[in-house]
Amino acid sequence: MEKAKVAFFDFACCEGCQLQVANMGEALINVLGAIDVVEFREVMSEKWDRDIDVAIIEGSITNPHAVERVKQIRDKSKILIAYGSCATIGGVNGMKNGFPLDEIRRYVYGESYQFFPTENTKSVPQVVRVDYFVNGCPVYIPEFVAVLKAVLQGIPYYVPDYPVCVECKLNENVCMYDRGVTCLGPVTKAGCNSWCVNNGNICYGCRGVISNPNEKGAQDVLAKYKIPLGLILNKMNMYNKCRELEQK
Amino acid sequence: MKKKNVNINVEYLTRVEGHGNIVVNVKDGRLETCRLDIVEAPRFFEGMLRGRSIFEAQHITSRICGICSCGHTLASIQAAEDALGITPTAQTIKLRKLLLHYETLDSHILHIYLLVAPDLLGVKSFVPLITSHEQVVRRALRMKKTCNDLCDILVGRHVHPISAIVGGFTKLPRPKDLDAMLDLLKGMGPDMEATVELAKTLKFPEFERDTEYIALVNDSNEYPFLTGDVGSTDGVRMNKKDYKKITNEFVVPHSSAKHAKLSRESYAVGALARLNLNYDKLHPKAKEVAAAIGLKPKCINPYLNTAAQLVENVHCLEDAIAIIEDLKNTGINYYEEIVVGLNEQFKISVKAGNGVGAVEVPRGILFHNYQIDDKGIITDANCIIPTSQNTNNIEHDMKKLVPEILDRSEEEITLSLEMLVRSYDPCISCSTHFLDVRFVNR
Repeated sequence: MEKAKVAFFDFACCEGCQLQVANMGEALINVLGAIDVVEFREVMSEKWDRDIDVAIIEGSITNPHAVERVKQIRDKSKILIAYGSCATIGGVNGMKNGFPLDEIRRYVYGESYQFFPTENTKSVPQVVRVDYFVNGCPVYIPEFVAVLKAVLQGIPYYVPDYPVCVECKLNENVCMYDRGVTCLGPVTKAGCNSWCVNNGNICYGCRGVISNPNEKGAQDVLAKYKIPLGLILNKMNMYNKCRELEQK
Repeated sequence: MKKKNVNINVEYLTRVEGHGNIVVNVKDGRLETCRLDIVEAPRFFEGMLRGRSIFEAQHITSRICGICSCGHTLASIQAAEDALGITPTAQTIKLRKLLLHYETLDSHILHIYLLVAPDLLGVKSFVPLITSHEQVVRRALRMKKTCNDLCDILVGRHVHPISAIVGGFTKLPRPKDLDAMLDLLKGMGPDMEATVELAKTLKFPEFERDTEYIALVNDSNEYPFLTGDVGSTDGVRMNKKDYKKITNEFVVPHSSAKHAKLSRESYAVGALARLNLNYDKLHPKAKEVAAAIGLKPKCINPYLNTAAQLVENVHCLEDAIAIIEDLKNTGINYYEEIVVGLNEQFKISVKAGNGVGAVEVPRGILFHNYQIDDKGIITDANCIIPTSQNTNNIEHDMKKLVPEILDRSEEEITLSLEMLVRSYDPCISCSTHFLDVRFVNR
């Protein structure tokens, strides 16, 4: 069987999720043995203008040019993977949507701001149909490999739809609320193996909100620890601001 | 010589981080246009930081760049601590220096092997090298993985470190972690030696242009990465607080975009700048390597920035081993482990202030500057990244280079220019606000 033609494309992002691929070490050679990478601008000069079996999209959609480009990629790709928080939920780029566009452009670029066209930040699924999701800022490589295997076998991959707390409990971490700190683990999709909490930090919600969060439970937690709603909403906006826009 | 016309338009330069275009136009043997255009989609980080807590700044600005996320983290923390009046402990400083060494190693390895070596070996990317030079590719990926594993142990991961925050670390390495890091570093020794041997065989293009080099400097014996004043090869020395007098953003008459310059038409930052300013402070082993590949200050061939990165790698590896051995001797004080909390518990006293961070990240000096109000909320933010300081210098290099190689074919000129830009290891995705942006055909 011919190997799947895979291409990486980047939009507004830090390119850290692409870097995660290079961080796999020699295992990368095994992955490259299973697929045929035809375009990956960050590390390859080769370009590809024909149909693609699997397009991996990193970054958010932030200007009219990007909207057109991602639509063209969708048209020529059998499978499209949204790769990393910026692509799956808009990520940190979404914080821009909390400001009037002209104001924030003028703040950063001064009088020449009109040279920098921008729109409200959108996630990839807010612009085109997405077949698979690899969440996280950055992506968690074991999950990426699992998704890639599912794609190559033509079977679905289900992102866990239970909160990070489930994994966090299995990792026997002390609950951050018990340490006096607000954490977004209770409403955020698992799948990262509670990476941040394992390292003494809180969950910032980079994998997106679960589809059926236990709102009553969350309210009880906020009440128990006397946490104002504004504080938690502000935290949610760090990665999840794009939720306010329409889903496609 | 026949009057020549050359028209080069490299759209989306590859094997760099981010999106840039090279535009060159020679008409009747006269250079008319020579530009590096930056077309990265702007992300407005400085604007988005306004209204966020100073304790969130590091988490957010780390996301400016996945490749130098540890560097952004450390510059951000330094600026925040400067604004809040926090002095980090000696242990915290050691661990931060260690983290910076890991990132420098990681980034330089990526650049030397995966981004530059394909040019020097005459192929389009590292992928064909898997068949032709399998051991070289395996070595590169192995070294990169080691750096990644080191960061995993120290701060949870390399891309967007987890435990390094304002005030210190949320998780400190246990004795077994120190041992594991030491083993990994020492295990990298043979691969580093092989890298040096490989570098000796590579031929870098010959080209020279004298320019001003800028990097951190200090009065101690330490090759500075984390702290120091800002110094230049033209004799300037300033406190980091005066960074705006260093970068001197100015508007050029024919465009609305800004350039950076100090004592002359342009300046350069990065590994070569650091080596030119602080050569004497390199580890003896690194100096040996520099001598072996014929690199000594003041080197003014920009292509040799890659060679300077290799020399720095030898230095960082040795110094990282020394730091861990020191930590093993003194032992880690676990009482310094702090609980993250974005200061929700008001454990750190907050006051209005202005803070600057100046850190040598892989591509050169990086500045973060925050203004905060009396509640610790950011009211103003400014980040000046190395690549934006280098762009003006790259253009001046290109303007000198093109006439010198005009007798070559268009393909050869294009490759020379691409290699020139790549040698600076530009990190265009960092463009928070890119100083030098001009659009043609718009």
